[in-house]
Amino acid sequence: MGAFAIDVRGLTKRFGHKLAVNAADIAVPEGEVWGFLGPNGSGKTTTIRMLCGLLHADAGEGTCLGYDFRTQPEQIKREVGYMTQRFSFWEDLSIRENLEFVARVYELPDARGAVTAMIERLGLTTRQHQLAGDLSGGWKQRLALSACMLHSPKLLLLDEPTAGVDPKARRDFWDEIHRLSGDGITVLVSTHYMDEAERCDRVVFINLGKIVARGTVGEVIARSGLFTFIVEGDGARALAVKLRGEPGVEFAAFFGAALHASGRDRAALERALAPFRGAPGLTFHEAAPSLEDVFIQLQEQGNGDQP
Amino acid sequence: MNRRFSAARIAAILAKELVQMRRDRLTFAMIVGIPILQLLLFGFAINNDPKHLPAAVAISDPGVFSDSIVAALANSGYYEIKLATNSPAAARRMLAEGQVSFVIDIPANFSRDIVRGAQPSLLIEADATDPASASNAVGAIGRIAADALRDDLKGPLARRIQTAPPFLTIVHPLYNPEGLTQFNIVPGLLGVILTMTMVLMTSMALTRERERGTYENLLAMPTHPAEIMIGKISPNILVGMLQSVLVLLAARLIFGVPMIGSLSLLGGVLVVFIAANLAVGYTFSTIAQSQLQAMQMMVFFLLPSILLSGFAFPFRGMPVWAQWIGEALPVTHFLRVVRGILLKGNGPAEIWPDVWPLILFLFAAMAIALLRFRRTLD
Ligand SMILES: Nc1ncnc2c1ncn2[C@@H]1O[C@H](COP(=O)(O)OP(=O)(O)OP(=O)(O)O)[C@@H](O)[C@H]1O
Ligand SMILES: [Mg+2]
Repeated sequence: MGAFAIDVRGLTKRFGHKLAVNAADIAVPEGEVWGFLGPNGSGKTTTIRMLCGLLHADAGEGTCLGYDFRTQPEQIKREVGYMTQRFSFWEDLSIRENLEFVARVYELPDARGAVTAMIERLGLTTRQHQLAGDLSGGWKQRLALSACMLHSPKLLLLDEPTAGVDPKARRDFWDEIHRLSGDGITVLVSTHYMDEAERCDRVVFINLGKIVARGTVGEVIARSGLFTFIVEGDGARALAVKLRGEPGVEFAAFFGAALHASGRDRAALERALAPFRGAPGLTFHEAAPSLEDVFIQLQEQGNGDQP
Repeated sequence: MNRRFSAARIAAILAKELVQMRRDRLTFAMIVGIPILQLLLFGFAINNDPKHLPAAVAISDPGVFSDSIVAALANSGYYEIKLATNSPAAARRMLAEGQVSFVIDIPANFSRDIVRGAQPSLLIEADATDPASASNAVGAIGRIAADALRDDLKGPLARRIQTAPPFLTIVHPLYNPEGLTQFNIVPGLLGVILTMTMVLMTSMALTRERERGTYENLLAMPTHPAEIMIGKISPNILVGMLQSVLVLLAARLIFGVPMIGSLSLLGGVLVVFIAANLAVGYTFSTIAQSQLQAMQMMVFFLLPSILLSGFAFPFRGMPVWAQWIGEALPVTHFLRVVRGILLKGNGPAEIWPDVWPLILFLFAAMAIALLRFRRTLD
């Protein structure tokens, strides 16, 4: 029994000339919840699809649940729950029919009973005969999520499972994820929400097909080498415009009324801020950068490296 | 590799397809509408004057006169003599099997009666299931034979031609004695309608999933390509059988088409034929990237199925290369079977030469579909 649910190295995928995933190494220990972060088009979906055998990897080796991900996709599919980014259930089937189809394809011993239980847990008992296509976006997500958990998979690959889901349902979802992880299930979940990333044991950050950071949220922030000053007060809005483009200020963004000015060169950042210090109504203090600061920095850094 | 084939999964896919089919009102309307519309549209056959029709000559009176007649028939261009035999039974068997369209019977004592001026009869049995192909050739036969004997009847015998025809020609149109075009066209329509709707139904099978984004989900589940194929093809067999019942009922009640042979035998062949067409459509859907492409492939298949199968034009009237294409289409064989069973009362032995190509076709199409099935999204 391997200690890693996912253990792949050098994962590479090309679409024509475009390198969608570039030599990615991912090793997720069993029972952990990993967040998969990255800007749009960075290769998250492509990576996940290769892991569950939906795309041929151009290069790379390794295992998924102990099976060679290149030669044993059939075995992997049986034990993985994959939730697609785009809703991919049958809109002309009802909620119950969709779930029953899934249950029967996975040959669950009591398909009907399992589906009834799942529908009750979702609170959809009264709407179970409604067509899936008539559900609201958030409910579609919740249906898809429960469908991919129906066969009690050992590994969940979730591609933006909470996009468009309301806060309460998201919280329920994460409670469920942590409960499952407590039972030993491994989860790799892609997301654009930073608060969700912070709920993960570890995060992997991918940009332009390359993995550029990984570790716990604290580690990723610490390794970013980023310094952030928070400016608060009445003149902060006007200040943002002036700071952007100043040497040393890599980016300046608002979180509520607070302006976060960040850069890797602390001295240069301080020099840029110096002229405004002491201005009436403005307070300055240094703080740890947020994950979002790091996210944006990693993304811009990647773009800057582009030829 | 562990790729367990599961009947339960096939049943799951089949049930899903049935529910989706039931919800798709337009398709359902099409299933009922197309056969009826087509039946009412095609009232008339398309006429033609085919040449080189295969014929057999049964010679019960070998001699100079028979030789001349056989040679003249062959030279006329209307006939291609496949068999000249002294066994009328052998010749008639070829007619029943559809290997020849005519049997020309030269009776015993034919020469003696001509010489005596007793006007013997030349019997022509024509396969009239396809009346368009038979009429012209039959019309020509008496003249051709009489011309042939002109050279043989010389000297004292010459007056046999001058006074009256030396012999009579008697035509027996078999299987469809009134030469009703509908008897030929309506059973043929069954084949064409089934080809059209069955190929259409499955040519969308995978492209629809792909365009709706559900293909990814289907592939992410532990489904074997053969399970998906069988699950998607089988429910449509019911649809095809429903259409067949509709067309056959209309054939009987509206057009009065005779149904001499066994309907359960026809039912058995129908299942094979329907499945073969569904497999063709399914193969298209494994190749096409979009529903539009699948439609184009379907049309590409449908046109020869109508034009080169013997439905629109008499098969024997087509050039040989076109006949070869026709032989490669399932509907060509089905047309022979359905006309054979309904109009001639053919049994299993007579239809077998056209049933095994259907079976072969079915398995070939399924094999290609499985080979072409894409297990990944790229
Ligand atoms: N089937 C395909 N054919 C060609 N290019 C593709 C295909 N699928 C993805 N790509 C390209 O590969 C790159 C990575 O795409 P991918 O869908 O993996 O990104 P992502 O990280 O999931 O983005 P998002 O956050 O928007 O979902 C993109 O540039 C995309 O255009
Ligand atoms: Mg994606």
